[in-house]
Amino acid sequence: MAINQLSETQEKVGPPLWLLAELTYDCPLHCPYCSNPSVLGDKKDELSTEQWLKVLTEARAMGAVQLGFSGGEPLLRKDLETMVKHGRELGFYTNLITSGIGLSEKRIATLKKSGLDHIQISFQGADPGVNDAIAGRGNAYEQKFKMAQAVKAQGYPMVLNFVISKQNITQMLDILRLSCELEADYVELATAQYYGWAFHNRDHLLPSQEELIEAELIVNEFRDQQQGKGPQFIFVTPDYYEQRPKACMNGWGSTFLTVTPDGSALPCHSAKMLPLKFPNVKDKSIGDIWCKDFSFDYFRGDSWMPQPCQNCDEKEKDFGGCRCQAYMLTGDMHKTDPVCSKSPDHHLIEQAIANAKKPSSPLLMRVNKPQGLTEIARVKL
Amino acid sequence: MSEQAMIPKLNSMFRFQYEKAQGCHVLLFPEGMVKLNDSASEIIKLIDGNSSVEQIVNLLAAQFPEAGDLTDDVAEFLITAVEKKWVYYGD
Repeated sequence: MAINQLSETQEKVGPPLWLLAELTYDCPLHCPYCSNPSVLGDKKDELSTEQWLKVLTEARAMGAVQLGFSGGEPLLRKDLETMVKHGRELGFYTNLITSGIGLSEKRIATLKKSGLDHIQISFQGADPGVNDAIAGRGNAYEQKFKMAQAVKAQGYPMVLNFVISKQNITQMLDILRLSCELEADYVELATAQYYGWAFHNRDHLLPSQEELIEAELIVNEFRDQQQGKGPQFIFVTPDYYEQRPKACMNGWGSTFLTVTPDGSALPCHSAKMLPLKFPNVKDKSIGDIWCKDFSFDYFRGDSWMPQPCQNCDEKEKDFGGCRCQAYMLTGDMHKTDPVCSKSPDHHLIEQAIANAKKPSSPLLMRVNKPQGLTEIARVKL
Repeated sequence: MSEQAMIPKLNSMFRFQYEKAQGCHVLLFPEGMVKLNDSASEIIKLIDGNSSVEQIVNLLAAQFPEAGDLTDDVAEFLITAVEKKWVYYGD
């Protein structure tokens, strides 16, 4: 939702308006749709408190305004409150993006005192059965439900995020009702994106077009009955069913800056997979990274674009789509995003949609230290 | 109650602040930002939860005497602001 509101024409490089601080990859949940990398780094390489505070200070000085604390589960960092306080004092709007596991009424209050502006809680389903099966953790739903109530009771704006997949898309009406019951302000109904771990589970996650049409219809009808009251619902269809690619990250190196737990600075959450050398905040300032680093400049503008993008009159709208998706599907990060119906690789998307009707391998629950993708936890949902 | 006597309040979901890098005032909310023009900023500055629409118009008139009658401009802005949930009336 925020992407359009933050958009700016890229005549020159504006500031990184959005700083996503991925504090740790550790997570108490095992969601098969996890878009973090399949193989995670070592916990001992995580940035220290001081290193994070420096990142916040430098990014804010450049004009960054939204600060997201994410992960993994950011609550696992005991110094979260210190970072929130620093971020808020610098003038950031501070967002906590959490599973809700590890929250307590007390911690919600301490975070508020530290200056936290908003809490986003993820849900995996509309009832304990579906939610906890997807999350791979017992009593997760109950905890999330209680904490969502506590977040509202303490006066925070609250966003709920439901990652939609085959496993929960038929619960749409219950999801909408749950969101109303919890008095959410915004609700993201975001179809899973197939990056990182989720890519291995794509066949299991990707809903059919019929399921999506039905779900969107339910959301639209519900919205019509709201009369401006209750949560604002944002329904995000998967780009696999679009004719044109998404304007990924509002353009490479234009708005978003992600810093991963080990300090890698990326133009998007998933970019580490690309064959580019990305800088680390341990070695370089945010200013040098954003304005001078080769990797951040690499896909700015349109001179890098192949055909059919180069001659396309929509290239300013979608920037050729997602570089990670082009790389994952075609092996070449410079190609047009195969989601585009003009792409010579578009058949790969059609193939994926067909494969999703009949998954050929088992669903893999997220684990943090995989021995190899063939040996890890297999669970039937 | 007449519209002029109503007291607008800023929705606590939004934070109003000046952004040096943007060169303007903004409203910040979960994961988003709205840039405001100068007249919108001047009106929002006066929304303190105590002043009525009429009082806000009068304060603006005192600040910007050359601007003429601002009643309609303020009313128009408030309609948009309520639609966008930046501002509400009542408790």
